Amino acid sequence: MADNKGVMAYCEVADGKLAAIGAELLGGGRKLADDLGEELVAVLVGSGVSGLVQEAIALGAEKVYVVDDELLKEYQADSYVAAMEKVAMQAMPRIIMLGQTNVGRDLAPRLAFRLGTAASLDCLELAIDADSKALLQTKPVYGGNAYAVFTTEYYPQVVTARVKSMQPLERDDSRKGEVINVDAGLDASAIRTRVVEKVVEEVEGIKLEDASIIVSGGRGIGGADGFKQLEELAKILKAAVGASRPPCDNAWVPAGLQVGLTGKIVSPDLYIAIAISGSSQHMSGCSGSKNIVAINKDPEANIVKQARFAVIGDWKKIIPAFTEKIKELMAG
Amino acid sequence: MNMIVCVKQVIDPEAPPATFKIDTSTNQVVPPAGMSPVIDPYGEYAVEAALKIKDAVGGKITAISLGTNQLRDVVKKPLSMGADELVLLEDEAYDGGDSFSTAFALAAVIKKIGEYDLILCGREASDWNAGQVGSGIAEILGLPSITLVKKIDVADGKARIERLTSDGYEVIEVSLPAVVTVSNEIGEPRYPTIKGIMGAKKKDPTVWTPADVGLDPAQIGAAGRKTKMLKLFQPAHEGQVEIIEGESPEESAANLASKLREAKIF
Ligand SMILES: Cc1cc2nc3c(=O)[nH]c(=O)nc-3n(C[C@H](O)[C@H](O)[C@H](O)COP(=O)(O)OP(=O)(O)OC[C@H]3O[C@@H](n4cnc5c(N)ncnc54)[C@H](O)[C@@H]3O)c2cc1C
Repeated sequence: MADNKGVMAYCEVADGKLAAIGAELLGGGRKLADDLGEELVAVLVGSGVSGLVQEAIALGAEKVYVVDDELLKEYQADSYVAAMEKVAMQAMPRIIMLGQTNVGRDLAPRLAFRLGTAASLDCLELAIDADSKALLQTKPVYGGNAYAVFTTEYYPQVVTARVKSMQPLERDDSRKGEVINVDAGLDASAIRTRVVEKVVEEVEGIKLEDASIIVSGGRGIGGADGFKQLEELAKILKAAVGASRPPCDNAWVPAGLQVGLTGKIVSPDLYIAIAISGSSQHMSGCSGSKNIVAINKDPEANIVKQARFAVIGDWKKIIPAFTEKIKELMAG
Repeated sequence: MNMIVCVKQVIDPEAPPATFKIDTSTNQVVPPAGMSPVIDPYGEYAVEAALKIKDAVGGKITAISLGTNQLRDVVKKPLSMGADELVLLEDEAYDGGDSFSTAFALAAVIKKIGEYDLILCGREASDWNAGQVGSGIAEILGLPSITLVKKIDVADGKARIERLTSDGYEVIEVSLPAVVTVSNEIGEPRYPTIKGIMGAKKKDPTVWTPADVGLDPAQIGAAGRKTKMLKLFQPAHEGQVEIIEGESPEESAANLASKLREAKIF
């Protein structure tokens, strides 16, 4: 245990680029490493990822472990867990941080179990206990109704951090760092899954994660037709359209629009929640918004309590008038 | 096709957030009065996924549930939906576990059951939102795992599986046996039929203690934990809502737009 040192950030690569979560982990990891007085290392796993080393260093890593192999072209648990296990055994880090993405959700628990421990997923806050140097892992439980602080005496301590929960550092290309290439040593026959197709479901207009305004609808919208009205409002506001889970489950909107614990995590300047009750699982995805506006017929709905502004009533009456007034104000 | 589904009993996650309470002296959640527990929603989606496979190619579904104070009416739901067998791990020794000790116990039970082509779990349970048990079982049993699954087709000892990605999904082929964790995109769980409910009533679950499964109590439940919970608390929601009024809904709507403009929010 005493042998485990340093903070390791697994930096996901998407479309040949460092995914935003990597920069966030390096930012958050930098602070943990400084508090420990230990080093921050980045890990890049994939095929043709060596070119990203300098960027990881510019974002705060002192060392970058690279596992570059043709067999790692696509994320698959078998190959990536094996690669990360090798890196972890060589580097013996105290902490391994991953992102709470669809890759991190898959990789972190398998890696943790492989290393003989369990992970904490979806951490909102990570801090070092000054006395024990243990990693304090704060994560939502009960759908966000409560938070729990976990720690573990088994090393490495494996966690995923929620997207946007940590601040990246200012990129500084004058930073210097060391590169360590690790041979994946993979045997194709040990990869028991095969990705036969990747389907991208294009979403028209602005992406949810990038939007500064989101117009979001819930079960009370009642159908795909209702969402047309939300789309119209979104277009005027240059906003993205989002949803709670029921509209996605009912295929009124694509599944990719789901906001929440098991959907997208968003933090726009303005989140307009229309006919959404504000379950803890939904709020987990949007409570980071600067301003929440609730439009709901039920004054007791949880979303109303958590909003900055609310209008109580039937959205079918409210949204057309709201849209008209917005148009007028924007023209003026 | 022999399928095993892991599904547990939880406090109803759809209960209004205002009813959620914690006893801070014991670091435990106080079940809301007068509300029955339910089977974990993602576990229920996993049962549905198994039933879809059974509909398509036939097979046997065994549900396993680990916990204490399991209400028979609740944990029998998989049976009433169409599962064939129910195994309950009911013993105080299983209590207070984390993902590690729970996956460990479940893996041992799965080994004891012996015959399996597909093991299905929910993507994450609604109580601890840990999201690890399925992956853990796969590691312990040395099986491939595919998480966040929205569709499963099986044929010729292989499965063709759709897995959610950040911008869509990927189609993955895997040879069986394998472990999958199921997401809600699989489709709404079916309602139990009257016949299903009657059948479930008559069916006695198999109850296994740690000794029955050959488990050492030191490895399961609270004793087998790798993680320690230091604190459990309810986050404070600061902020005061301003209700925007008007003579009519239309006027309130216009007032809201003006208010947002004044506050320079758009
Ligand atoms: C483990 C787990 C993970 C989950 N993850 C997510 C997640 O990521 N995202 C998510 O959203 N959910 C998630 N859920 C589901 C969640 O628990 C709720 O079921 C869901 O968020 C409810 O969606 P809703 O608010 O649209 O529907 P409801 O709770 O049914 O609320 C509908 C609201 O619409 C209002 N309304 C109805 N008609 C009108 C009208 N005409 N005008 C104005 N208002 C009207 C009602 O007053 C009500 O407040 C998850 C659940 C579990 C167990």
